[in-house]
Amino acid sequence: MPSESKNIVEVIGSKTKPIKISIHNISCIINDIFYWTFISPFKGFPIRFKACVNEMVKAGYNSVPIISVISFFIGVILAFQAAYQLKKVGALIYVANLVGVSLTRELGPIITAIIVSGRSGSAYAAEIGSMKAAEEIDALISMGINPVRFIVVPKLIALMVMVPALTIFSDLIGIFGGFVLSTTILEIHPSNYFQQTINALLVKDILTGLMKAWAFGVVITIVGVYQGFMVKGGAEEVGRRTTSAVVASIFLVIVSDLFFTALFYYFT
Amino acid sequence: MEKAIEVENLVTHYGDREILKNISFSIPKGSITVILGGSGCGKSTLLKHLIGLLKPTSGRIIIKGNDITKMNEDQMNEIRKKMGILFQGAALLNSMTILDNVALPLHEHTKLKESTIEIMVRMKLDLVGLSGFDSFYPSQLSGGMKKRAGLARALALDPEMLFFDEPSAGLDPVTAAGLDELIIKLNKVFRMTIIVVTHELPSVFKIADYVIMLDKGYVIFSGTLNELKTSDNPRIRMFLERQPEEEKYSPDDYFKVIAGE
Repeated sequence: MPSESKNIVEVIGSKTKPIKISIHNISCIINDIFYWTFISPFKGFPIRFKACVNEMVKAGYNSVPIISVISFFIGVILAFQAAYQLKKVGALIYVANLVGVSLTRELGPIITAIIVSGRSGSAYAAEIGSMKAAEEIDALISMGINPVRFIVVPKLIALMVMVPALTIFSDLIGIFGGFVLSTTILEIHPSNYFQQTINALLVKDILTGLMKAWAFGVVITIVGVYQGFMVKGGAEEVGRRTTSAVVASIFLVIVSDLFFTALFYYFT
Repeated sequence: MEKAIEVENLVTHYGDREILKNISFSIPKGSITVILGGSGCGKSTLLKHLIGLLKPTSGRIIIKGNDITKMNEDQMNEIRKKMGILFQGAALLNSMTILDNVALPLHEHTKLKESTIEIMVRMKLDLVGLSGFDSFYPSQLSGGMKKRAGLARALALDPEMLFFDEPSAGLDPVTAAGLDELIIKLNKVFRMTIIVVTHELPSVFKIADYVIMLDKGYVIFSGTLNELKTSDNPRIRMFLERQPEEEKYSPDDYFKVIAGE
């Protein structure tokens, strides 16, 4: 409750000042990230290639098992749900269309992004947060090494490459899941299912899905890294920031999904 | 006396709280200067300003004739290449081996061949007494070894100035004394300007040539170690003789404080 000495302008000011500061911090970090990723390599500060590969292995290769299992199940579930409605009208073969299109356009990218948020987004926040708490970030600055270039750029490049790559993988496994269910329980002929999927899918569907995946990779990195850099205290705050990194990146992935889906709906 | 660093009218804030209150002093070149003071007097904040990690509210910090508070990041990085800093917890990068940690500044700021860098790293590790530990990770080392590894990294680019933030914090007396010896050796052999922030009196008496004492955000003393010992300033005497702070409140005042009046 505001004390009596505060007038309405002061109350509004004190409530909005922290928002202004966070907007400022976020824009500084976004500005730094894009400068050190896209501009500084042309000014004689090369990207750390080895670190990029390392991050790609951690964020991409290591999440292949979990993504394959989940995508397979999602493919099976989708086929079941589609069959539930389509068998009423005797159009079971359209299960292939539904599974293929919904996976490539929507579910593949979003499932991948949510798994990567949980695995890498949180790891980025925790890693940078604990580096901040242990003065490692200060040490980098004092050695004349920009922490964004050193730590963040490899992570951003890794996710910009790996989230689309994992999405392709997730699309394929998901379609395979639908295929397995349709050809066994639903008794659709394998070659019919395969042909139907090929006919249903447009290059556009796959490409829009991959563009979304790329954007999700950027969103997850920025959110994770921002939360990490905002750590000021010790271990307890690292935990808090890690949690908010996951929550915020899943939320922002969905928001940007809505944005891109609307964009593609009108402009493709 | 040639000056390595000059601080003029430095004022700094942490949020709305004023930490350093218009302080001025200078640090002589080629000697060991200790910045002394109790907990919370602003000495770590001062160190962060000297190495350019924080920007002050007002005032100037002059290093090599340039005001570092007005420098941009690129100019500051040129100055930083001539500075080595040992942080309180050593601040080694935990994801890298000791060799990679010490080699990091060399990789980033020089175009030396990998084999040359490795030889230089081994020389630095030998200097701090850590030969043979190059393939260890920081988590596999003890507190004292981590600090020495951090020191090797600070020495990697052969700095002109070396900063230590509480070098003996968390170390046993024997290890701390070893680190003090190392500080003296670096000063004597390489003529480095060394700035140590600490509150450990035995260490101060052993290593200091020049002492700057902070108290509640003010510089209350700057001079040689002998001048410090003979000073009759009551705050300094309290610190040197390890006397506790006098009671702040009378019993009546205390009652008011706890009653929240």
